[in-house]
Amino acid sequence: MSQLPHKVTADPKGVESGPHFMDGDHALAEGALAAGCRFFAGYPITPSTETAERFAERCPSVGGLFIQMEDEIASIAALIGGAWGGQKVMTVTSGPGFSLMMENIGLAVMTETPMVIANVQRGGPSTGLPTLTAQQDMMQARWGSHGDYRAISLVPDSPQECFDLAIEAFNLSETYRVPVFIMTDETVGHMHEKVVIPPADQIEVVERNWYKGPKGEYRPYQFTGKDVAPMVKAGDGHRFHVTGLTHDERGYPALTPEQNVKVVSHLINKIDSNVDKISRVEEDGIEGADVVVVSYGITSRIAIRAVQEARKSGLKVGVLRLITVWPLCENKIRELAGKIKGFVVPEINYGQIVLEIERCAAGKCKVISVNSCGGAVHDPEEILTAIKEAAK
Amino acid sequence: MNDVARNMDDATFRQQNPMAEFLRMERMPHIWCPGCGIGSVVTSFAEAVKESGLDMDKIAVVSGIGCTGRVAGYVKFDSLHTTHGRAIPVATGLKLANPELKVVVFSGDGDLTSIGGNHFIHAARRNMDLVVICVNNFTYGMTGGQMTPTTPTTANASTTPYGNYEYPFSLPFLADAAGATYVARWTSLNARNITESIGEALNRKGFSFIEVITPCTTLYQRRNRLGDGLDAMQYYHDDADIEHGADTRTVDITFQGKLKTGKFVDRQKPTYLDAVNTHYANVIGDDYELYGKTPMEKKAEEDAKKHGIDDLPEPELTCDSEDDA
Repeated sequence: MSQLPHKVTADPKGVESGPHFMDGDHALAEGALAAGCRFFAGYPITPSTETAERFAERCPSVGGLFIQMEDEIASIAALIGGAWGGQKVMTVTSGPGFSLMMENIGLAVMTETPMVIANVQRGGPSTGLPTLTAQQDMMQARWGSHGDYRAISLVPDSPQECFDLAIEAFNLSETYRVPVFIMTDETVGHMHEKVVIPPADQIEVVERNWYKGPKGEYRPYQFTGKDVAPMVKAGDGHRFHVTGLTHDERGYPALTPEQNVKVVSHLINKIDSNVDKISRVEEDGIEGADVVVVSYGITSRIAIRAVQEARKSGLKVGVLRLITVWPLCENKIRELAGKIKGFVVPEINYGQIVLEIERCAAGKCKVISVNSCGGAVHDPEEILTAIKEAAK
Repeated sequence: MNDVARNMDDATFRQQNPMAEFLRMERMPHIWCPGCGIGSVVTSFAEAVKESGLDMDKIAVVSGIGCTGRVAGYVKFDSLHTTHGRAIPVATGLKLANPELKVVVFSGDGDLTSIGGNHFIHAARRNMDLVVICVNNFTYGMTGGQMTPTTPTTANASTTPYGNYEYPFSLPFLADAAGATYVARWTSLNARNITESIGEALNRKGFSFIEVITPCTTLYQRRNRLGDGLDAMQYYHDDADIEHGADTRTVDITFQGKLKTGKFVDRQKPTYLDAVNTHYANVIGDDYELYGKTPMEKKAEEDAKKHGIDDLPEPELTCDSEDDA
């Protein structure tokens, strides 16, 4: 069954159109409401709590429901139930809560349940730096739950993009029936900026692809590796079954190595074969550049200053901002690696996405990590030094 | 299996099985051992659904992991087989996303009260509108007979090879204390009582908890030299007494001791969603759109709005904590 995302315009009820002055956390909640999310289950954790608070405040007037669950495990479990109950669902958390959610992220992946999980990253490991920024969970977003799988991670660099990417996250999660992470950070989460919320009729929303066939014939899965089966909601008489076990098209357990090949390769390929549709980057001055700074989230805004300084001194520096970090735009990195002298990869962690850049560059050019242990954004000088080093 | 059944071909047997309406017959045979009590509870559940006259399309079953966790995969309802301990929060999400559903959780003692213990008490505290059926066989069956939070002190389990030295939970007491509004306990010998209790739970609102003591013949019975399933039935027959309304503080289970069964708690309290709607209607007033109401309820609400907020159908506000029975 070919799958075309069913696009509609946003329900005006959830859209507070106009210019606002708000922080990234609040913008996430507004984006979710605009995308049609009416079910939010969450647990308080700094620095993400404001999103839950905003949703709790807004939902009674838009026909939504907010529930504060007993912990993050319960929150994401409730999302799985909520999604199969027919709702677009969201939760928000930070590092420790993200760790707690990992098992059920696997269940969501396995049952192909759409949901959006925002991780407003803070310094770790463990309780770490609850109120200070970091980008240390980027690899956890990729590999955190056990087993082989793919999910999608978007990284906003501003409150405006928190709003925009929240909508995109819902649209992607509905299109690919997969959990989508918004991997923002404390700085963007707590930064107040202008956020313009467009009129509802200018917001494109992907509706769930509902099954329209006869009762008794519904199959929750199709293992094509390209697109996903339509969904039903509990109560509509289709008597669906879903399980975290390896399963067949009916959702029934089928515990054989052969079936696991079908399921796992589908889960991976439905994302990998659509990288070009999913992946979004922002490029600046890439053409003819000797050095390309690859960055994401708040770090990309710090990097701009370093790039400007480098260009002033005559260096040819391009910028590749990853808006979609997972799946990574590997082909683009490979292509660039053959043309440039080096990549500079600043990130507020000890070097995570840089490992992927190194892998894709495969020795064809330098790859310089500008790492940080978290707690603060970079000093642009550090990035500038690395750019100069890469340009040598 | 009787002679008639034995002489049928497989397809006919599946078709003519009296449970066919309620089970995914294409998934039979199930994985449960001979003498296991889970199947009896599922049969009682099916009977209760049949007697309740409820629309089967509007009933959903959620399970976690373990032998009892497999129930969701065998019953012909919308069903989710989730992660270990998390059936209740998944069921919570399902119920809140689509409040017209009657959501039933089937869970074992380890799944529900060890790894899932936190969710259990919080769903009871909120009076979440769920029917929670705990098949309590005092053991982790799927993993080979380890000790659970309900294993009686001194009983032998694979992780307490010299006997259990921990104090077990008394589940009715736990549920009662946490705020459950319906609490009953039966043994798997009491098939009709289980059916009746599940029927009552299906036809009421709020957090309903039904514990069913069942034999795990392969592990708990054998390891403790308690004989087979029939011996377990004999024990239930001889040592289980029905005491409706018993104070839940007095219903502890000791190793092969007397068992108190019956309906212990049945009280009225607003459910989570009732509380949400009542509270917001009071605080926000006209701007609040009641959440999760059926079209008929919505119409009644609109009619009431025409006559002013005072005429809103008053959701139950009072907490009658009278333990009847």
